[in-house]
Amino acid sequence: MALTPPSPAETAISAQHLVRRFGNFTAVNDVSFRVEKGEIFGFLGPNGSGKTTVIKMLTGLLPLSGGSALVEGIDVRTDSEGVREHIGYMSQNFSLYYDLTVEENLQFYGRIYSLEAARLKRRMEEIVQLNGLGPYLNRLAAQLSGGWKQRLALGCAMLHEPKLLFLDEPTAGIDPVARRQLWDLLFELSGHGITFFVTTHYMDEAERCSHVAYIYYGKLIADGTPDSLRQLPDVQPQGTMRVEITAPEVTRALRIARHIPGIRSATIFGQSIHALVEEHFDLDVLRNQLLKEGISVSEIRPLAPSLEDVFVELTYKHQSLLEAASD
Amino acid sequence: MTNLFRGFGAVFYKEALHVRRDAGTLFFSLTMPLLQMFLLGFAIDTNIRQINTVAYNADGRRESRELLDRFKNSDSFHIIRYVENDHDLNDMIIAGKARVGIKIPVDFSDRLLRGMSAQVLVLIDGSDSSVAGQAINVSTAIGLDESLRRVLQDRAAFAVDMRPKLLFNPDSRSPNFFLPGLTAIMLLNVTTFLTAFSIVREKERGTLEQLFVTPVRPFGLLLGKLLPYLGIGFFELCLILFFMRFVFLVPIHGNVFLLALLSLPYLFAALSLGILISSKASSQAEAMQLAFLPILPSVFFSGYIFPRETIPAMLYPLSYLIPATYFINITRGIILRGAGLVHLWTDGLALCILGATLLTIAARRFRNKVIMA
Repeated sequence: MALTPPSPAETAISAQHLVRRFGNFTAVNDVSFRVEKGEIFGFLGPNGSGKTTVIKMLTGLLPLSGGSALVEGIDVRTDSEGVREHIGYMSQNFSLYYDLTVEENLQFYGRIYSLEAARLKRRMEEIVQLNGLGPYLNRLAAQLSGGWKQRLALGCAMLHEPKLLFLDEPTAGIDPVARRQLWDLLFELSGHGITFFVTTHYMDEAERCSHVAYIYYGKLIADGTPDSLRQLPDVQPQGTMRVEITAPEVTRALRIARHIPGIRSATIFGQSIHALVEEHFDLDVLRNQLLKEGISVSEIRPLAPSLEDVFVELTYKHQSLLEAASD
Repeated sequence: MTNLFRGFGAVFYKEALHVRRDAGTLFFSLTMPLLQMFLLGFAIDTNIRQINTVAYNADGRRESRELLDRFKNSDSFHIIRYVENDHDLNDMIIAGKARVGIKIPVDFSDRLLRGMSAQVLVLIDGSDSSVAGQAINVSTAIGLDESLRRVLQDRAAFAVDMRPKLLFNPDSRSPNFFLPGLTAIMLLNVTTFLTAFSIVREKERGTLEQLFVTPVRPFGLLLGKLLPYLGIGFFELCLILFFMRFVFLVPIHGNVFLLALLSLPYLFAALSLGILISSKASSQAEAMQLAFLPILPSVFFSGYIFPRETIPAMLYPLSYLIPATYFINITRGIILRGAGLVHLWTDGLALCILGATLLTIAARRFRNKVIMA
């Protein structure tokens, strides 16, 4: 992926050839990406793949073993405190003090960022307004439900009006309604020019990001808009197409389908089968084969690859490259 | 802009709120030491009196009875039973009913009257060394005294007259000995536990991680967390001193303000231990176990209960590394011996050096194991 020189005016994060080693272990291996201002950047990858390490490097907590990074135009290697001044961070634990009230939590984080009294008061009113925390101001944080804890944590991270927010798995353990509301809020804020760096395990959340990257064992193996990733040749090889087959008894149907020549791969997706087939594959062959076994297909339709498909394909490819390299 | 202590005020205020919200823990940590004070102040007496003794007087004449009376009058021995044979004498000791057995042979008076050396057998149960030591000392002294009395028939003066005088604690009161030392141990307990817990709690909750991505400086963070507990430790000290003076009637001969001043480097050392523990422990249960580690050497190697002179030579240097060693000398010095800064400045200096070293190690470990982990 070719990198144009970063222009601080539009770029929120510019990471170039990031490397982080712990002893002999390379946790982050030559990772480069750019996040433009106002983007919702989804950073995905399995547990232990280096997501948290990258966040720690970008927030100035971990020194870089190699490479460079500008965050909001500030070099993390030389001015990590300056970086922390300009960013907000919310972890999946909703780092709140449970024995303090909602108001005291907000006040504490405001003081940490040295907001003077008048500004703190104004910002608290704005945050309370935006997140609807009004009725809960005097309640202990411990007594809030998961969704409200998350809103409060987000509020605490935004008090000092950062232009860039890191959200580390912001929706882990949150009910679907609260999840939806959080994303609505993120879209609204990003409309006002705030940049979000979000890690998540939910594929539907990844689909909502304007820019996604996938890290696998320290290597960045995908980087782009969700649509551009779907069209990668590795995901959608030349001469193939994806179809969704809806039929009863999907598990038995899958076992049969896997033995039909022309079907490259197939997997169950809810009540249907997603299959990667050769472009000139005759779908009637499949239909008849299944009918012979007593399964009548109700629908077959073409399908665009989901982001999950994208990451699965890229992971397989990367794994086989790694195995080839080690042989 | 680059304020080394940035965030101190905010963290301090927040920590004070935690303490106020969790009044139970505060109450518990303040009353526990008082409970221990009552236990050690009232229930434990290190002076050995009235050792259970069994006597077998095979002689039975006046001289032998007089000797047994001298044993009784020494206040060290309490004759619980007279037996009539060696077998019973042995059995009483083996059964643990008596710690000392005195056997006066049948020819005791005869030999004395003939001017010969008479023997008395004193059997001592050695299973408790301090009781045995006392029994040996007192019985030897009685024998020596009795011999001298018979040699110096004409009531002539002793050639050498030893006159031991107990300074500072003339009545050998146990509270006077225990409570100043207990002060040091209790302060260590309270401050180490509270700091370790307050940091580990934030580790468990993930709020520490959050604080690290704010512009808060490590010094501001640590100091903001330490000072409230330094205050609590200080309050604890006042509470202990108050009870010691007015409930246990331990006289304070020296300057209380000097004691307060010299307690500061000690408290700092204790708080640094707390940080050190929190850099290792990842849960409050783990912190609890680790916090006991510094307590044990502080109890056994500092001279708190056992004199430092009893420590084996190999372990002796260890006692110099224990902050409690110095602080116990300071508390006993000021409270019992009326010592001033002239006498105690070396201990104060040692505490400052230990405290600074511990804080540096703790801060470095904290940086490497907690912030960068």
